[in-house]
Amino acid sequence: MNPSSTNGDGQLRIGFYICHCGHNIGSIVDCPAVAEYVSKLPGVAVSRDYKYMCSDPGQELIQQDIRDHRLNRVVVASCSPLLHEHTFRTAVERGGLNPFFFQMVNIREHDSWVHTNPAEATAKAKALAHAAVHRVRFHKPLQTTKVPIHPDVLVVGGGIAGIHAALTLGNAGKKVFLVEREPSIGGHMAKFDKTFPTLDCAACILTPKMSAVRSHENVTLWTYSEVVKVEGYVGNYLVTVRRKPRYVIEDLCVGCQECIKSCVYKEPKFADEFNVGLSKRKPIYIPFPQAVPQVVVIDPERCLKVKTGKCKQTCLEACADRKAIDFSQKEELVQIKVGNIIIATGFNLFDAKRIPQYGYGLYPNVVTSIELERLVTSSGPTGGEIILRNGQKPKTAGFILCVGSRDLKTNRWCSRTCCMHSMKLAQLFKEHTDADVTIFYMDIRAPGKGCEEFYDKSLREGIRFVRGRVAEVTDWALAPEEEGKLVIRVEDTLAGFVRRIPVDMIVLAVGMEPQADAQDVRRLFNMSCGSEGWFLEKHPKLAPVSTFTDGVFIAGCCQGPKDIPDSIAQAGAAAAEAMALIDKGCIELEPNTAYIAEEECSGCKSCIPLCPYTAISFDEAKKKAVLNEALCKGCGTCVASCPSGSIKQHLFEDEQIFSEIEGVLAY
Amino acid sequence: MKYSYFPGCSLKGLGRAYEESLLPVMKLLGIDLVELDDWNCCGATAYMSVDEGEACVLAARNLAIAEKTGPQDLLTPCSACYLVLNKAKHNVEDFPQIREGVHRALRAANLSYRGTTAVRHPLDVLYHDVGVEAIRQKVVRPLTGLKVAPYYGCQVVRPYATFDEAWNPMTMDRILAALGAEVVHYPLKTKCCGASLTGTVPEAGLRLSYILLKEAVRRGADVIATICPLCQFNLDAYHDQIVKRWGPARIATVYFTQLMGLAFGLDPRQLGLHRNFVPMKPLAAQPSEIRNPKSETQPNLEKV
Repeated sequence: MNPSSTNGDGQLRIGFYICHCGHNIGSIVDCPAVAEYVSKLPGVAVSRDYKYMCSDPGQELIQQDIRDHRLNRVVVASCSPLLHEHTFRTAVERGGLNPFFFQMVNIREHDSWVHTNPAEATAKAKALAHAAVHRVRFHKPLQTTKVPIHPDVLVVGGGIAGIHAALTLGNAGKKVFLVEREPSIGGHMAKFDKTFPTLDCAACILTPKMSAVRSHENVTLWTYSEVVKVEGYVGNYLVTVRRKPRYVIEDLCVGCQECIKSCVYKEPKFADEFNVGLSKRKPIYIPFPQAVPQVVVIDPERCLKVKTGKCKQTCLEACADRKAIDFSQKEELVQIKVGNIIIATGFNLFDAKRIPQYGYGLYPNVVTSIELERLVTSSGPTGGEIILRNGQKPKTAGFILCVGSRDLKTNRWCSRTCCMHSMKLAQLFKEHTDADVTIFYMDIRAPGKGCEEFYDKSLREGIRFVRGRVAEVTDWALAPEEEGKLVIRVEDTLAGFVRRIPVDMIVLAVGMEPQADAQDVRRLFNMSCGSEGWFLEKHPKLAPVSTFTDGVFIAGCCQGPKDIPDSIAQAGAAAAEAMALIDKGCIELEPNTAYIAEEECSGCKSCIPLCPYTAISFDEAKKKAVLNEALCKGCGTCVASCPSGSIKQHLFEDEQIFSEIEGVLAY
Repeated sequence: MKYSYFPGCSLKGLGRAYEESLLPVMKLLGIDLVELDDWNCCGATAYMSVDEGEACVLAARNLAIAEKTGPQDLLTPCSACYLVLNKAKHNVEDFPQIREGVHRALRAANLSYRGTTAVRHPLDVLYHDVGVEAIRQKVVRPLTGLKVAPYYGCQVVRPYATFDEAWNPMTMDRILAALGAEVVHYPLKTKCCGASLTGTVPEAGLRLSYILLKEAVRRGADVIATICPLCQFNLDAYHDQIVKRWGPARIATVYFTQLMGLAFGLDPRQLGLHRNFVPMKPLAAQPSEIRNPKSETQPNLEKV
């Protein structure tokens, strides 16, 4: 290859190509006229118009011209660089030029799609083309840098999404660290009885995955642990994990639970988190029968030994020679190196007390959907019986939908799962109690596979549906049949009047919210949040599990409310994205990074706090700012702010930008 | 503590028992009340629905007088006055047209209004400024064993729920509990009493009053405590008509300040308790008084 054309030296020989993009550009912009205009500009050796520049023949055209006409600069006027800059750079490189001797002009989104007057649109295309031809003269050959990717992955959150992502990666032979802050993995799904719309048992499909991830040779499972610090960048993250003391040595405990039986608390006394407070546990406990790991945990807030130091420690005697209980355990900080991170931290349920008119916390027989879920589960606090607080079976029940969803006063979004979840619970309710069940809804949203059919099944099974947002739940009676009941007051918007419907039990379909500490997690992993607090994906359609931080992916409900199939689909997608990076082995960094002309830097440090990616540090010995190009995203903030002008940016050099401006003004 | 005081027409007429109990209770708690000089009717809800601009002028005159009286907040015991004065305040702030009309009218009467005086309800002042603890300390005759249904009515929580929660106000509940009374769970605490419909459309208005009375009885309350003269009147004065229409629901309705006065050891007659159509049953004798026969006999409210 001729070195003068590779490095772009010698006499300027620019090739210009304007794309019709079918009718997208060609119907508004007079492409041959633009090509004709550019052909007369100084330094232009070739100027052509073509129907589809991104097609193989289009790209071949560029490569052939580079060879035939000894081009050393290429300009393509077509669509957005987001779409095809990479395509044309590659074509230029295959033609034998450095790929950065290329400039792209967007005359589709910026011109033909937004203008209706062909003459003016054509004039604009000429001006933009002139600017690019002017600019490309000052392009320099640049090299992309390659950074190796550490092959291990961190998965944060051990719900169904995190478990699935960890298993997928582990099965592909990747080493995974799965970190969960609760004593057991399983998340919300572990609390469910059955899953909609198939009504298959949640535990039966979840627990095999839980034990599989625990015993997987490639997965390191850390429960009762939290990520506290994340440093580095894509491919090279250094993560600090805090492992909370569970006062039980995980490897020695066999889960025999003798210690629980012998605890000085003879009866369970404290609200059981897994049963959402419907049952009690002791200070030493196993979260639930299928917990993974099957290892007891000691609640430091409740255990007398941990809290006061004064206790007979009967648990130690019960454990005897196994010596699994260890009150000397301390919090541990562990550092791990990973290349990619998958965030699957899940959601919080809406606190029904925030809507006082529904009487949650006031009337004992107003329960939330997750409480009912625990009641219908055979391993739940009532052994699978739905009973009122007085022990009797309810004869009537009302489900109130959209509690903390689609509500301007609380949360505006639809939580997506509550319609289906409530219909599932309503069917189970009928099955367990033969009660009359009414669902109060605004709209039934059953769009998933098999979901509309499930709605139909609910109707056929005699579940009644009343359309209207419930005004209030009260216990005052107007008629004899209301005595002793909870009364739902609602405007039936289909019948067109206000109704009072007495029932024995009320189930509030509480919506999903971002986790209470979602903002802390967001900052920890340098992610973005939407206005509602869900973690923001890079693109809602084209990059649904990527974030704006490379190498950090999101899956499951931390990104927004979704059901189990969607969570698992996202988890698989996030795992695949991570694998794509790992198997590539390295990542290429765009060379449009900033760089510091060291001799001109005065060491004023004003750029350091401005960098959103913490890419700039300070060399105390030299008293100069130092830029880590692997972290730099090329946003240009430091370049613009540097008082001495000593920070510059590849592809955005002063002479390039000024000549581009000159070009557009000179038309 | 010092407040300007706007009694409103009710407290000088049908609701005079409210004033009769409010003034001594406030005095006992060390609160000075300065009654506005030459105050006028607030316009009530009726004028607001006829001509909002002119109604605001009527109400704003009182606000202007309050500003002249001093920098202290204005106490308005009647819920309707409280709402109308606050609404006038908001309207003058939010709507230039009303603001201009008000200023023009006040200028003609050599008055001015700047919007500096806060309009406050006794519940707000007693709960937030005086405090439950200070009230508890003044109790000499705890209302132990007295079951009270706390009834707030609609106007202090709708549309402006400024000092308490709109759906489940609790300030009166907590004050009554501090007096030693047993506060009954009363989910109708902010439901409408029927207001002026008791006179104009009795079938609808009285039914609302009946529901309130019947539910208080059903929940075992001995007495309903209210904070509004119209509520008190509706729940107290129409018992015979209500009984004729829907059956018995006999229970006394008194002002919360009357219960405070009783707990502070004041004379029932001084508190205006003799004015009720349905009188409140006398308080049960306290154990200490049974042991000590020399102590004064309990006032018999049925007699006074």
